[in-house]
Amino acid sequence: MLILECPYCGVMADETDLHGGGEAHLKRFGPGSSDDDFETYLFHRANPKGVHFERWRHVSGCGKWFHAARNTMTLEVYGTYPAQTYEPPKELVAKIKKKHPEWGGWK
Amino acid sequence: MRRYSAFAIAREAARYHTGWERAWRSPKPKKKYDVVIVGAGGHGLATAFYLGKNFGITNVAIIEKGWLGGGNTGRNTTIIRSNYLQDPSAAIYEKARSLYETMSQDLNYNVMFSPRGVMMLAQTEHEVRGYERTAHANALQGVTTEFISPERVKELVPIMNINGPRYPVLGALWQARAGTARHDAVAWGYARACSDMGMDIIQKCEVTGVRQEGGNVTGVDTTHGQIDCDKLAMVVAGNAGHLAEMAGFRLPMESVALQALVSEPIKPCIDVVVMANTVHGYMSQSDKGELVIGGGTDGFNNYTQRGSFHHVEETVRALVETFPIISRLKMLRQWGGIVDVTGDRSPIIGKTPLGNCFINCGWGTGGFKSIPGSGWAMAETVAKGEPGSLAGEFGLNRFTEGRFIDESVAAGVAH
Repeated sequence: MLILECPYCGVMADETDLHGGGEAHLKRFGPGSSDDDFETYLFHRANPKGVHFERWRHVSGCGKWFHAARNTMTLEVYGTYPAQTYEPPKELVAKIKKKHPEWGGWK
Repeated sequence: MRRYSAFAIAREAARYHTGWERAWRSPKPKKKYDVVIVGAGGHGLATAFYLGKNFGITNVAIIEKGWLGGGNTGRNTTIIRSNYLQDPSAAIYEKARSLYETMSQDLNYNVMFSPRGVMMLAQTEHEVRGYERTAHANALQGVTTEFISPERVKELVPIMNINGPRYPVLGALWQARAGTARHDAVAWGYARACSDMGMDIIQKCEVTGVRQEGGNVTGVDTTHGQIDCDKLAMVVAGNAGHLAEMAGFRLPMESVALQALVSEPIKPCIDVVVMANTVHGYMSQSDKGELVIGGGTDGFNNYTQRGSFHHVEETVRALVETFPIISRLKMLRQWGGIVDVTGDRSPIIGKTPLGNCFINCGWGTGGFKSIPGSGWAMAETVAKGEPGSLAGEFGLNRFTEGRFIDESVAAGVAH
């Protein structure tokens, strides 16, 4: 069972207390953007075999959104961090890179 | 190919079964093929079969990283139905269902198609309205379905508790000509027929790169070396996004695990397929007597082919409420498959940004039932270079153009 630490309340929450929100750090496009930008923003999603950054909500807890870095092959969790950011923390990216040198890095 | 028949069984019985030949060859890959199909699951093999049968293209290789039919073709709950709301879906799924009816004869391979009927329970007022609407839509599409009363449900499935405390049964969408088939036999039957047409099925051969020149595909790099081709057909499920990345484009889909389980075998107690989408569970009984049970997908991307345990618990809890007699049943096996889910829960068939490269993916949780229809439509797309009438609406460009085939609402969760 997937267990993530909520970065706000510090609870180790299992997946029945959480709700997945899909890919994190999406670049949003508004009125006046091109069709391609809209398509990318609305439908195209990173679907890697390996390291994935995603949004989660602590539904049955504090109710807040946060981010997690997770491996889609092994279900290993590298860490969680608050949602008020446009990109993952550098320490977390460095930690994953150290563990998986072959990983291409974030974006 | 020696045909299977009652006479063949008698002949072999008389000589200690020494004369059966291998169902398909396992050749070394040639340097070049007209068409290379990636993925020897049901969809890939069906594509190859209809390329040969409908278009006479037989210089074809079907390459597979694992073993034939070892992906989702061997990991589903074998349900076949076509009671979809949207016209393009109903058309392709109904084509598939009708091809299943004659598949055993067409392939000379017993796929054990059993048109036992599929019942989708309506357990809320909203579901009643939704299914009545689907029944009307199906009438217009030429798909035979009807909305039936709770009494008729009880008559068809006596073991069902239709007066449950949480979600009493208010009716059901009934498709009498839907049913189940033997999933492995579908892959094996197509493989045997393809091999007989001279096509090469190459197993344990993983694609590691897609070769291109001037915007057109020229071949693939594999663990068995380079294989050149004029046309490439990507017919993989969960790993479609991964393969697309190799070819240099992205797909509007995410991969999640969907799991199923079977119980210990018991005496025959249910002779139709029952799906309960409000409570997330569906069940049928196999010929061996096992109850085949499926539930919902995981709520996050993964490629583990396992699935979360709490989904098993939720599914079984829902089914025990609907079928109280199964409460003491032991579960024998559980498995998961990786399904590729698109934004509108409908598949993608058609051209890709790469020239002469075609894709068929995104069947999500509804892949098995669509195998022959999908192969039929994909073969036409590959042979003509343009999608035909069945595949037309399912192109990748529908996401740019906003022409969704919205089945996420129409089909509920179980698909």
